[in-house]
Amino acid sequence: MDLAQTARTAALRAEARDWLREHVPPRPLPSLETGEGFAAHREWEALLHSGRWSAVSWPEEYGGRGADLFGWLAFEEEYWAAGAPGRVAQNGISLLAPTLLAHGTAEQRARVLPPMAGGEVVWAQAWSEPEAGSDLAALRSRAVRTGGGWLLSGQKTWSSRAAFADRAFGIFRTDPGAARPHQGLTYLMFGLRDPGVTVRPIGRLDGKPAFAEIFLDEVFVPDADVIGEPGQGWRIAMSATGDERGLTLRSPGRFLAAADRLRALWREAGDPADTALRDRVADAVIGARAYQLFTAASASRFAAGASLGPESSLNKVFWSSYDIALHETALDLLGPDAERADTAWAEGYVFALAGPVYAGTNEIQRDIIAERLLGLPKGRR
Amino acid sequence: MRFLLDDEQREFRRSLDAMLTAADTPAVLRAWAAGDRAPGRALWGRLAEAGVFALAVPEAYGGLGPLPVEVAVACVELGRHAVPGPVAETLAAGVLLGGAGGPAAAEWLPRIAAGTAVVSLVPEGPGSYALDADAADAVFTVDGDELRLAAGPGEPSASADPARRLFRPEPGGAPVAEGPAIRAAARAAETWASFATAALALGCGEELLRATVAYVKQRTQFGVPVGSFQAVKHRLADTLLGLEFARPLLYGAAVELADGPARAGAAVAAAKATAGEAGYAAARTALQAHGAVGYTEELDLAWWLRRARPLRDAWGAPSACRARVLAG
Repeated sequence: MDLAQTARTAALRAEARDWLREHVPPRPLPSLETGEGFAAHREWEALLHSGRWSAVSWPEEYGGRGADLFGWLAFEEEYWAAGAPGRVAQNGISLLAPTLLAHGTAEQRARVLPPMAGGEVVWAQAWSEPEAGSDLAALRSRAVRTGGGWLLSGQKTWSSRAAFADRAFGIFRTDPGAARPHQGLTYLMFGLRDPGVTVRPIGRLDGKPAFAEIFLDEVFVPDADVIGEPGQGWRIAMSATGDERGLTLRSPGRFLAAADRLRALWREAGDPADTALRDRVADAVIGARAYQLFTAASASRFAAGASLGPESSLNKVFWSSYDIALHETALDLLGPDAERADTAWAEGYVFALAGPVYAGTNEIQRDIIAERLLGLPKGRR
Repeated sequence: MRFLLDDEQREFRRSLDAMLTAADTPAVLRAWAAGDRAPGRALWGRLAEAGVFALAVPEAYGGLGPLPVEVAVACVELGRHAVPGPVAETLAAGVLLGGAGGPAAAEWLPRIAAGTAVVSLVPEGPGSYALDADAADAVFTVDGDELRLAAGPGEPSASADPARRLFRPEPGGAPVAEGPAIRAAARAAETWASFATAALALGCGEELLRATVAYVKQRTQFGVPVGSFQAVKHRLADTLLGLEFARPLLYGAAVELADGPARAGAAVAAAKATAGEAGYAAARTALQAHGAVGYTEELDLAWWLRRARPLRDAWGAPSACRARVLAG
C-alpha cells in the first residue's frame, strides 16, 4: 500500500505546474454564468488547449495527453492550486467525451472532440424535463424517424450553461411503444441554434442565467449525430454516469485548494477562542484529505480492473455536502462581508448549493447506497 | 500509487475474522466485564500466535514491526469483534519501549510480541486513565525524561463500557529507563495508540452497521421490513458514508506512519477524529433503528453500542484531534 506517484505522473505534474504558473490569469475572470464571463472562459479553454491541458486524459490524437487517472488527479490538484478559472467546457469533457470514447464512432470522435477541447464548441447537457427529474426514465421528448435522421420535439430543462453554449447532448424517446420506460431511448447530439430550437435562460438564485430551458420543435438531427444504436440510449447514458464519472465529476484537487484557502482565511480572520468555528475549519481540511484518499483508493481499484458502480453514489453525497459545509464555514469567517454577493466565497457558495440537487439528487444517491451497497429492500420512493 | 491492501494483508484480515468469529467474543466480553480474564487472555494468546501483538514491536526484540498498515487491518478486525483488553495500549507499548531501549525493552518487548504480557500505559499529563490496569502485567507511565513502571493499578473507575475499567496508576513507581529519547518515544507511543484506537473505532462502527442492516431487513412493521423505509435507509446510507470516508484517512495515516511517527501526527489526528465520530454515529443509528430493544442489554449489540463513544474519546477526543490537524 503506497501513495507514491510514478515518474510519469510526477513529470506531468511538474510540467502542468510550470505552464499554469505562466498562464493562469492574475485576476479572476468574470463569472462564467454571464455572457462576458462565458466568453472569457471560452478564451481560457482555447489557451489551455494550446498547451494541451484541456483534456489530459484523452488520447493524444484528439488533443489529450493519454494520462491515466492518477495523472489526471495530479493535473487537477495543480490546476486548482494554481487558482485557475472554472471549466466552461466541463460538461462536454467529463460527460459527452467519455461517452463518445466508449460508444461513438471514429468519425464522431474526430469531428466532435478537438473543437470541444479548444472551447470552440461548448456543450450543454439536455437531460432533465419538466416531468422527468429524479425519475429520468419518465422523459417524454421524442425523436421521430425522418429521411437521413430524426426530428426532435419536446422540452428539456435545467440545462447547465445552455444559455450560452453551442450544442447539447441528451436522450430522447424513439420508440414510444417500448415495454418499459428505460427502453426505446436514443442518445443524440444537436445544435442549440439549429432551426426549431428555442433556448430560454433561467436565472438561478443569484439571478445569473446558469441554466436554461430548451424547447424543440421538429429539430432535424442527422444519423451521424446519434451515439451508439438507436434504442440503447439509457444504457449508454448510465455508463457515463457510473464508473469514471463518479471519479471525474468533481476532482479532489478542487476541494484541496478550497480547504487551503479556508485555512488561510482562518489564520487571517479567525478568532482562536472560537473553537466551534475552528473545528469546522479543521473538518474542511480533514474532509478534503479524506476525499483525496477515498479517490486514490477508488482509482487504485479501477486501475486494478475493478468496476466502481454504486460506490460513486458515496462519492457524490460526500463532495456535495462537503462543498456546502466548507463554503458556509468561509462565510461565517467573513463576518459582515458574508452578505456580499461579489466575493469568490459567495460565488462558490451559490454554486455549491446546487450540488445536492444535480447529477442525481442526494436522496436518489442514498437510495442507491442503501439498496445496492447495503442490500436493503426496495420500497416506495 | 497503489492505495489498496495487498493479497497478504487481505488474507491476514480474513484469517483474523475467521478466528474471532469462532471465538464468541460476546461470551469473552461478559467474562472480562465480570472480572474473569481467563477467556480474554486465551484469546489474546491466539491473536499473538497470529502475529497481532508483534506488529508494533521492533524486529530487534522479536517483533515484526513497525507495520502500521497491518496494525490498522488487525485493529479494525479486533474492533469489529469487540475484543476486550488494552489492545491499543499494548501495541503502543511496543513503540514506547522500542524507543526507550535498554533492559526494560529487552524484558518486556519479547513478552508483548508473544502475547504473554498485557500492558497498559497512560499519556503524560493529568487526568488520564490506564485502561484495564488490573488485568495488565505492566502499567507504564512517563514523567519527563523518565519511563516508570507503576507500583500498582490504583483505584478503579467504571467505564460506560462494562468491559473497560479505568485506573489512575499510583504515583511514583520504579524508573525503568531515562534520557531524552523517552520524550520522543512517549510522543510516538501516543500517536500509535491514537492510530490503533481509530482502527478499533472504525471496526466497532462497521459491526454496528452490519448488525443494524441485518435487523432492519428482518424486522417488519406495517407489513414490510422497516429497512424498506427511506427514513431508515437514508440514515444507514449516511452511516456507511461516514465509515467509508474514515477508512482512507486511517490507511493514509498508516502510510505516513510507515515513514516515522514524528511527522504523522496530523494524519493520525484526522483519522482518529473521523473514525471516532463515524463509529459513534453508527452507534446512534444502531440504537435508533433497533428501537426499544436497542436500549437494553438484552442484545449482544449492547457491547458495541457502549464501546463506540469511549473509543471516540480515548487517545484523542475529536476536538483535540481537530486542533492537532490545524496545527499542521
